[in-house]
Amino acid sequence: MSAPVQTASLTAPALPAAAAPAPAPAFERSPGYWGHVGRKLLRDPVAIGAGLVILTIVAVAILSPWITPMDPYRGSMLRRLRPIGDPTYILGSDELGRDMLSRLMVAGRLSLFMGVTPVILAFLIGSAIGIVAGYVGGWLNTILMRTIDVFFAFPSVLLAIALSGALGAGIFNAIVSLTCVFVPQIARVAESVTTQIRQRDYVDAARLSGASSFTIVRVQVLGNVLGPIFVYATSLISVSMILASGLSFLGLGVKPPEPEWGLMLNTLRTAIYVNPLVAALPGLAIFLVSISFNLFSDGLRSAMEVKE
Amino acid sequence: MTPALDPRDRGGPGQPLVSVRGLVKHFPIKKGLGRARAVVQAVDGIDFDILKGETLGVVGESGCGKSTTARLLMGLIPHDRGDLLFDGEAIGGRDLPLRDFRRQAQMVFQDSYSSLNPRMTIEASISFGPRVHGTPARRAIEEARALLARVGLEPARFAGRYPHELSGGQRQRVNIARALALNPRLVVLDEAVSALDKSVEAQVLNLLLDLKEEFGLTYLFISHDLNVVRFICDRVAVMYLGRVVEIGPAEAVLGAPAHPYTAALLASMPSLDPDRRTEEPPLAGDPPNPIDPPSGCRFHPRCAWGEPVCAKEDPALADIGPHHAVACLARQPGAAHSRAPLLEREAA
Repeated sequence: MSAPVQTASLTAPALPAAAAPAPAPAFERSPGYWGHVGRKLLRDPVAIGAGLVILTIVAVAILSPWITPMDPYRGSMLRRLRPIGDPTYILGSDELGRDMLSRLMVAGRLSLFMGVTPVILAFLIGSAIGIVAGYVGGWLNTILMRTIDVFFAFPSVLLAIALSGALGAGIFNAIVSLTCVFVPQIARVAESVTTQIRQRDYVDAARLSGASSFTIVRVQVLGNVLGPIFVYATSLISVSMILASGLSFLGLGVKPPEPEWGLMLNTLRTAIYVNPLVAALPGLAIFLVSISFNLFSDGLRSAMEVKE
Repeated sequence: MTPALDPRDRGGPGQPLVSVRGLVKHFPIKKGLGRARAVVQAVDGIDFDILKGETLGVVGESGCGKSTTARLLMGLIPHDRGDLLFDGEAIGGRDLPLRDFRRQAQMVFQDSYSSLNPRMTIEASISFGPRVHGTPARRAIEEARALLARVGLEPARFAGRYPHELSGGQRQRVNIARALALNPRLVVLDEAVSALDKSVEAQVLNLLLDLKEEFGLTYLFISHDLNVVRFICDRVAVMYLGRVVEIGPAEAVLGAPAHPYTAALLASMPSLDPDRRTEEPPLAGDPPNPIDPPSGCRFHPRCAWGEPVCAKEDPALADIGPHHAVACLARQPGAAHSRAPLLEREAA
């Protein structure tokens, strides 16, 4: 028995001559995980539809200062609460005679901003807390997660109102309080997903290769936990939009005359017996965006399920 | 068996690659708040050596501490007491930090799917270890492809694939390649072929034998399948309830078992050879609870040779032949067991 030279046999391709044809075969490339997800998503008509609705609404909201048919702030006492289909006001006019279509378009900016920003912030903070708690485990996990549990003692609406009320009215404070509402929820999901992944043998195998905890989390754990957390976060956007609207409705968020869907719903409340269809329009916008985000996150979740 | 010449070798071929002395791991069980009320004695004082270039098999029923032993040895879980030596140096000590030890010892797990990251390509998984240790990415990938070829997977077809696109046998070959990527001296195979079907299992076993010779490896082979152990192992350690009850050359332990538990394990295996038929009664019942193991010899409640003395005295491993040790009062000269002196006279 001869002593094998170890490193040489590792670096030199040990293919037997018969198995290796002269021209090197082209390497097959798997489309990759996100390639699979993208393809599956493109085959899901509901997710595509929802995505298109979101894109359209976002585009309209961003472009609204240039494309609104009328001035969203200028009212007319004589032309209040026109019905939908009015020759001047396509979607009617509100209780101060302002064009509903223009106001809905502009309001999308603030509503979307206040719906999405807290979720993004909470996604970053909550994921960090949850992944650390889940990966490190032990005492740190107990301390972090029991602290997080305290926040679950309050209903999220109550918590948002309480924090917002304590911080004072305003868009910035509303975003801060909504972020605080979502951080515990996302942290809890992140912690449970990370705890599951932590027990997989490939994490142990990575530890055996001598990698530091930071490298293991970055290379082996993050890719497997961010997907599920992201899906959960997208489903929170609709909740966030409704809560943000609720805060504005209570006067804790956006202040009039700035248009915002929740605030518009509030002010049009008095007109519900006069012109119910017009009064329901901001609600319809909230509903449309919420359900689109939910359907899209559902599609994303099913597209991200790994085939076994 | 001539151990390979290895620049990392320190103690020469006579020094065991791994020495385990008095290894203890007790898992506390917490009941609600407060302190632990009970402990599971998963591993309770075991000793064994793994010689350079050999394959040591560890067999036993599920729950006897086989896998825990492997994880303790690899430092995946901390041990409570005992000494773990690798080529004469304490693992995790000053001369051999855990990180250096792990370059020299790798592990292949039972679940081939769970041991590969589903988001990483095969070549990325294999090259992860070398890259952690500073190999440039391009060279690590090249080496990974060479290793894939070595374990019988054509790199052009498999290197860019994801684990779910492979069969169980192919995935286990990838796991073996990943373990070899760091050029280890010791590979712990924890039920590495148990989940594969028989024909694939045989192929992987043959691959393991070839790789062992080519790279001068030493294996710790954990299995519950006595046929596989007989095929691949030079020596066998039999574990029962956190203890090693018998250890010795494979042909001696499995051919002429000295411990009644080993005999019962062999008897539980259907034999096609009438000459090998065992006369011992098969094992009855489940292994006792490791939270509250029996007094004295842990096997005595199920043992065919059980006597009152077995419940009182805890037998230690004692040599009964060349490199063959057994922990049984019935085999110990001078013990109070009725069979003990008889065996002594027979041997003389």
